Amino acid sequence: MTSRLLVGPFNRVEGDLEVALEIEGDRVRSAQVNATMYRGFEQILQGKAPHDALVFVPRICGICSVSQSVAAARALADLGGITMPPNGQHATNLILATENLADHLTHFYLFFMPDFVRPVYADRPWHAEALHRFAPDSGEQVRAATAARQRWFTLLGTLGGKWPHTQSVEPGGSTRPIDAAERVRLLARLREFRAFLERHLIGDSLEAFTALASEDALWAWHAQAPLRGDLRFFLTVVQDLALQGLGPGPGRYLSFGAYAQPGGQHALARGLWRAQAQRLDEVDTHAIAEDATFAWLAQARDPLHPLHGLTRPEPDKPGAYTWNKAPRLAGEVVETGAMARQLASGHPLIRDAVGRHGGTVYTRVLARVLELARVLPMMEDWLLAIRPTEAFCVPAELPDEGHGVGLSEAARGALGHWLVVRGGRIANYQIVAPTSWNFSPRDAQGTPGALEQALVDAPVRDGEKTPVAVQHIVRSFDPCMVCTVH
Amino acid sequence: MNVLWLQSGGCGGCSMSLLCADTTDFQGHLRAAGVNLLWHPSLSLASGEDVLALLRSVIDGTTVLDALCVEGSLLRGPNGTGRFHMLAGTGLPMIHWVRELAVKARHVLAVGSCAAWGGITAGGDNPTDACGLQYEDDRPGGLLGADFRSGSGLPVINIAGCPTHPSWVIDTLMALAADAFTSDDLDPLARPRFYADQLVHHGCTRNEYYEFKASAEKPSDLGCMMEHMGCKGTQVHADCNIRPWNGEGSCTRGGYACIACTEPGFQEPGHLFHQTPKIAGIPVGLPTDMPKAWFVALASLSKSATPKRVKHNAVADHLVEKPAIRRTRLK
Repeated sequence: MTSRLLVGPFNRVEGDLEVALEIEGDRVRSAQVNATMYRGFEQILQGKAPHDALVFVPRICGICSVSQSVAAARALADLGGITMPPNGQHATNLILATENLADHLTHFYLFFMPDFVRPVYADRPWHAEALHRFAPDSGEQVRAATAARQRWFTLLGTLGGKWPHTQSVEPGGSTRPIDAAERVRLLARLREFRAFLERHLIGDSLEAFTALASEDALWAWHAQAPLRGDLRFFLTVVQDLALQGLGPGPGRYLSFGAYAQPGGQHALARGLWRAQAQRLDEVDTHAIAEDATFAWLAQARDPLHPLHGLTRPEPDKPGAYTWNKAPRLAGEVVETGAMARQLASGHPLIRDAVGRHGGTVYTRVLARVLELARVLPMMEDWLLAIRPTEAFCVPAELPDEGHGVGLSEAARGALGHWLVVRGGRIANYQIVAPTSWNFSPRDAQGTPGALEQALVDAPVRDGEKTPVAVQHIVRSFDPCMVCTVH
Repeated sequence: MNVLWLQSGGCGGCSMSLLCADTTDFQGHLRAAGVNLLWHPSLSLASGEDVLALLRSVIDGTTVLDALCVEGSLLRGPNGTGRFHMLAGTGLPMIHWVRELAVKARHVLAVGSCAAWGGITAGGDNPTDACGLQYEDDRPGGLLGADFRSGSGLPVINIAGCPTHPSWVIDTLMALAADAFTSDDLDPLARPRFYADQLVHHGCTRNEYYEFKASAEKPSDLGCMMEHMGCKGTQVHADCNIRPWNGEGSCTRGGYACIACTEPGFQEPGHLFHQTPKIAGIPVGLPTDMPKAWFVALASLSKSATPKRVKHNAVADHLVEKPAIRRTRLK
């Protein structure tokens, strides 16, 4: 017997989200994902001076604000042929990494783990401990993590004036020079956060955790102390609820490469990881196209590359079910996020785990924690690489005609800005955000997006109106709905 | 005090900012102040059906609503239908829910400039017909209308800012919970006076450069950003440089201009954000309460008296000249 379920409002995701489920027996048969809000940033930006984008785009999203700024600054730098000095690069990376790591922390403690305190799990042996740690208003670890997050963001008070919506990120670097004394203080803040991660989340040194090179090593490490630290607690739950196989992604994982270095390389390499073939492909950004067949937006004859993209609302369009377009890479559905970055940059633990289980609830969450542990030491290096007496920013001279592409990695994955300038004004501005990929609707061929695929076969318990397994899968992507549609 | 928090046509950044409140125990801090979050989109456990049951219980009077916080602008389009944001799971536009809930609330708070005035979402030609709860830019009206008063008799409290400072929100909630907030505490734009009676200029660390009109010329310069870089701090109501952000920050301390994000209509200034509009070399926007002739006279006098140190440092990204050390006791 088939029944339908409309699930929403979702919370502990950024923005508003609705999922329509078709259920057969005790399983989801198919899903449609609806990003329910449209604000029209791409329309608002039309006709503005290019540099003014740096005021608007961070305000697309309150949680990935800096990521949007970095992508816009890169697009402007590409437009103007601007290269930032090494200090600017390091400062920008520090600002971006502060946001990305904060988002991973927020996701784990405030958005994802609280679902395990639900009464549906009252019979599990770990439930009392889950309540103690992760009850949203009173959980010890939720409260400790919120405090750690507050302290962590004081890095951006110094590096960027404030968060969210800093204007310190420029195509030519960072407007906030850091002197030697400030650098000492910032380094102390990094160590403070490292201490939080090691004491509370990992329950071990960051290096001991990042050195785990296989799933077998991970589970052996877990078995040493199954409840020490919140990551091991998560692994305990994974084992008990068999989350290893829940919510499999499309098997193709996209990263634009994170934290560009002065030499042009990325600290976390770019690429398209094909899980089945265990192969890393080059990313051809010319092969990106957005299909608006099922969006309440005007559809061109064929899917459009973002440089020629079109955003015009058609709220009465028949058959449409979301404001989100369907981005495709060479026609394929891909998933993006921390897991993709860890796959593309070749971390053996994630490659092994995804090789065995596919990209699932378990590997998505594990990859985020791994990234926290991998990136923090990088930040320590970048801070030390700053030379306080050298320049942090060069002025941005922008031409009146041209185009630019800005690629970056937000916490949630690959983010691209495509910009066309004519007569000194923005003629077109197109944004493809991580959750645009992950939560895309069907395309003209009827192929569902990554979440829509991941939800198929999700278990539904008797009488559930907001199935808990669906919630785990949805939140495992760490969706950002305000970025998705913008 | 029962607080319900809804998000619509914004970015969620005011909630993210709120979580940066300067406290070692955010959840305990709110609870101790008597703030009971009925539901918050980022912080609560309840999803889907449970949330809808809560909203219905507020509307039918079963659950008392002391404060309705709305974050994000209200999207009236297309054509007045509100369909640019349908609240998930309900098939109804968010503006419908906000109207229904606002009349049940003892206090209604617009959290951030989007909910207060329309804000960034109302930029350009405002494709979604976005507005604030009780204002559309600086024109009274908005979604609820100029005459709206919540149960307490107050208009919508506009905690404007893009984003808002966490303690602007928390201090307002604490004052409301303690019954220590009246209409005298609101400025003429219904912003809490405890932050809106200040100017961003107050406490600006670039004050010596301002005094001598030693101006920054490019991003990352240390000088005053009023003359060339678009800074509106001398006109904008907020205490950002007295009550710093994220520890020790503010826009001007971060090396960029105040863009007037607490003021209605800031999203369309009519000039490039990072360039000061001038007529005959004089900035169009002069410091608040300062007659133009005085400004011109003082500016030319102070420019002619600028110490070399201040002049050189203003156009550098680190101190190139240090203040002299007095050989005698300071007088």
